[in-house]
Amino acid sequence: MRYLEAGKRHSVRFTLNGRSVEGEAEPRLLLSDFLRHHLGAFGTHVGCEHGSCGACTIRVDGKAVRACLLYAVQMDGRVVETVEGLANPDGLDALQAALQKHHGLQCGFCTPGILMSLSQLHDEEPKADEARIRDVLSGHICRCTGYHGIVQAALEVFGKS
Amino acid sequence: MKPAAFDYACPENVGEALTLLAERGAAARICAGGQSLGSMMNLRLVTPEVLIDIAGLSELKSIALVGGAIEVGAAVTQAEFLAWPDLASFQPLLAKMLPWIGHYQTRQRGTVCGSLAHGDPSSELPLALALLRGEVLLASRRGRRVVSAEDFQLGMMATDIREDEMIVAARLPVAQVGAASAFHEVAQRHGDFAIVAVAAFGDDKGVRIGVGGVADTPGVIDLKWPVDDTALNDFAWSLGGTDDQHATARYRRELVRRLGRRAIDEVRDAIS
Ligand SMILES: Cc1cc2nc3c(=O)[nH]c(=O)nc-3n(C[C@@H](O)[C@H](O)[C@H](O)COP(=O)(O)OP(=O)(O)OC[C@H]3O[C@@H](n4cnc5c(N)ncnc54)[C@H](O)[C@@H]3O)c2cc1C
Ligand code: FES
Ligand code: FES
Repeated sequence: MRYLEAGKRHSVRFTLNGRSVEGEAEPRLLLSDFLRHHLGAFGTHVGCEHGSCGACTIRVDGKAVRACLLYAVQMDGRVVETVEGLANPDGLDALQAALQKHHGLQCGFCTPGILMSLSQLHDEEPKADEARIRDVLSGHICRCTGYHGIVQAALEVFGKS
Repeated sequence: MKPAAFDYACPENVGEALTLLAERGAAARICAGGQSLGSMMNLRLVTPEVLIDIAGLSELKSIALVGGAIEVGAAVTQAEFLAWPDLASFQPLLAKMLPWIGHYQTRQRGTVCGSLAHGDPSSELPLALALLRGEVLLASRRGRRVVSAEDFQLGMMATDIREDEMIVAARLPVAQVGAASAFHEVAQRHGDFAIVAVAAFGDDKGVRIGVGGVADTPGVIDLKWPVDDTALNDFAWSLGGTDDQHATARYRRELVRRLGRRAIDEVRDAIS
């Protein structure tokens, strides 16, 4: 049995956006903090730290989940994707570009999490309709946009596939 | 907003998890999806000394039909259960209720059994367990036992799970031929906890109604056809709700009457 003692640092290794990353973490270290403060991947934002706001949403083994409700030590051997992995060498990916076009962000605080949820939805349900998109967005709080631009952006991308 | 220090244990099988539970007792906590436990720990409402992570245990990952019930292992997530292809045919009520549990993102980690263990009175799964008269399968180093829904949930976030025990599976009865069901919920926002949730399940003999969000545990009543408003009103009063920051007791009673009527009529129309 893997048994990691409190107060000690334990090595963690996983794949982050296609690259193998490694670090040390105490059991209590949240994955969101590990990404930001140990790996310097600040794209993942932190709002409420209790699962409600959705700002910290990332993908683990393909699934959009809350990084603030996971511990870094749980990630050993897993595939983690964050907003930093979305853009390609030519620029923004389709969802990012559509958000920009439709004013789907203002301050951008909620955006990384929303993108990770929509990216899973797009991979699994490329034809998702507006009701389904809104249902998935219910797991995110955006204080700026009123959601309309986000929904329009998603509809443009989902409609095309 | 950060959890207090804890040891993290990742057992290879249920046996190892039970040994650790037996050794550490109340100082240990099972972590399934962590969608309730993680937030309680971040808020320091709970400070376990050791976390026993069961999410990866393959022996708890199965969904199977066992003697007229769907047996759901303790590592099955709400999203996996919702995606189970036979769900809508074996128990349509569950297919209606599961999308109301939290959000897309929380259902991908949160487990069916973790929700039962957490025992939040406004949660959908404890209501489903009570309404369908399901059972919970508990295990410890001392052996296994099966607890009925009625005996399982004792109060608000209080269950019959003992210190050295864990849930290994939940049994949710399948719908009988000729039965129909309905579910309605009012929450501040879809995915938020229910202010009132009403589930109904019936056949040509009568209808059973269950209500979550009002009392400390889900309230269930069996009624014979035809169900008049007086019976529904009496039931709404019998639940004994109180005022809180989300709604008044009076508003909750009104929701029980309205959602109850809607659910009962839907069941009646579906079976006639
Ligand atoms: C934003 C948000 C919205 C939510 N909305 C809803 C909602 O609308 N409705 C709803 O019902 N829930 C809701 N939830 C909670 C739901 O997501 C959780 O999944 C569920 O309550 C607990 O399941 P879990 O697997 O995450 O359990 P955990 O959080 O891992 O555990 C919860 C508790 O149960 C115990 N436990 C877990 N598994 C076992 C086991 N096998 N044996 C013994 N004890 C065990 C743990 O020790 C802990 O005390 C919400 C959560 C969030 C973050
Ligand atoms: S920071 Fe994780 S959900 Fe708000
Ligand atoms: S853009 Fe500011 S919170 Fe969404």
